[in-house]
Amino acid sequence: MPKQSTKKTEKPVEELTYEEALAELEGIVEILEGEQGQLEEAIKLFERGQALAARCGVLLEAAQLKVKQVAGDDVSAFEEESE
Amino acid sequence: MQPSLFPAQVPQTYTVSKLTFLIRKLLEENESLQDVWALGEISNLSRPASGHVYFTLKDSNAALKSVMWKTSAARLNLALRDGMEVEVHGRIGVYEPQGQYQLYADQIRPVGEGALYQEFMRLKAQLEAEGLFDSERKRPIPELPRRIGLVTSATGAALRDILNTLRRRLPLVEVLLAPSPVQGVEAPPALVKAIQLLNYQLPNYELPDVIILARGGGSIEDLWAFNDERVVRAVAASKIPIISGVGHETDFTLCDFAADLRAPTPTAAAELATPITIQDLAATISNLNSLILTHALSVLSSKQSSLESLKSQLRYLSPTRLIQSESQRVDELSRRASSAAFNRIILESKQLEGTQKRLESLSPLAVLGRGYAVVTRKSDGSVVSRVAQASGEMKVRVSDGEFEVKKS
Repeated sequence: MPKQSTKKTEKPVEELTYEEALAELEGIVEILEGEQGQLEEAIKLFERGQALAARCGVLLEAAQLKVKQVAGDDVSAFEEESE
Repeated sequence: MQPSLFPAQVPQTYTVSKLTFLIRKLLEENESLQDVWALGEISNLSRPASGHVYFTLKDSNAALKSVMWKTSAARLNLALRDGMEVEVHGRIGVYEPQGQYQLYADQIRPVGEGALYQEFMRLKAQLEAEGLFDSERKRPIPELPRRIGLVTSATGAALRDILNTLRRRLPLVEVLLAPSPVQGVEAPPALVKAIQLLNYQLPNYELPDVIILARGGGSIEDLWAFNDERVVRAVAASKIPIISGVGHETDFTLCDFAADLRAPTPTAAAELATPITIQDLAATISNLNSLILTHALSVLSSKQSSLESLKSQLRYLSPTRLIQSESQRVDELSRRASSAAFNRIILESKQLEGTQKRLESLSPLAVLGRGYAVVTRKSDGSVVSRVAQASGEMKVRVSDGEFEVKKS
């Protein structure tokens, strides 16, 4: 039986970028606020939401400024001088 | 008209103070002397402990005593020396105790800066007239940029300040550095190229969401590339919003006017490029997280209460209840049936009793008790009710039995 999913197939949270995870989390809040979902659906959304929030937290913790240098068509990592 | 007895002009005698006051008034009421630039060479420079600065401004033919008060002197961004060619701005006034007119200076700049300033004002007016600085052209700065383009020197303090600020505020961003010299003749074309580079769609790379154009503090000549018409036009032409952060708080360049947002310093530019910080994001996430918990719980409790109501509806509609009510009905019917049957039996039995009684009363045998007897012929069993019928052997039935008789 085909799975009746209204959304695009869910990516595992570990593969999401911060922006993707945040956008999906905001979407989930919106759906839950609507409160017309099935209970099972609501629980699923809640679990997914928690996983997304955790993912966002991990990404924020681990965020490190990436600096690339652009020269012509070339983009390369920029080596900062140590202070 | 009568001729006057007195000459038109009578030479008047003034006190020195009064006269000096009149001279001072004369000079100080002349507007062009109250807002003036004087070009000359510094000599007799003196900086007493008071903090005021005294010098004589001179050229080959004349000298002008000058004084700069402590507050203005503190704002000087060049070191004065005797022999230095400068342009001094201020007003002409009179120092009455010494009967001396002098220049009260409030700004001093190296010679040449005046020409630069003229050029700055000319170009500013021209570009302003073209609409390059119009506020309608300003685009909003994205709140949460993913990529920030950076045009500055790869070796300057500005770059370090910006990267540190970004690292502290929003380390999620990716910085695309398009390095460029920021002073000297090669700076303007290089700055233009760097801005354009960040505006081109690079292979495998998305455009930055915002560009920071920055340079640390320096003299007005050091910052001059940011007043270059080519650079200003490149800033205005950028498809990506640009934040300028050139020099110090007090420095204004034409790039500042053309940019979508002007920051007083490179560090401030990095701050303005990241209105939302990682701390804000963490707070948002935690809010969203508690929101989904709240909403999930409310969905759950609303489901629970509708479940309860369904359960009670179900209980009402349940076949158990129907069965119970049917069985009650059966009971009722059977109760009614049995009571009807019982009544009937009683009734019947009463009737039967009555009938029996009547029957008994009608029985011929009952008469026997009163002394009557029934005589039957033994031969055919017929009742002898007349004398003529009596013949042969006969049975006489009395109340408690019978005996035989014979007609003689």
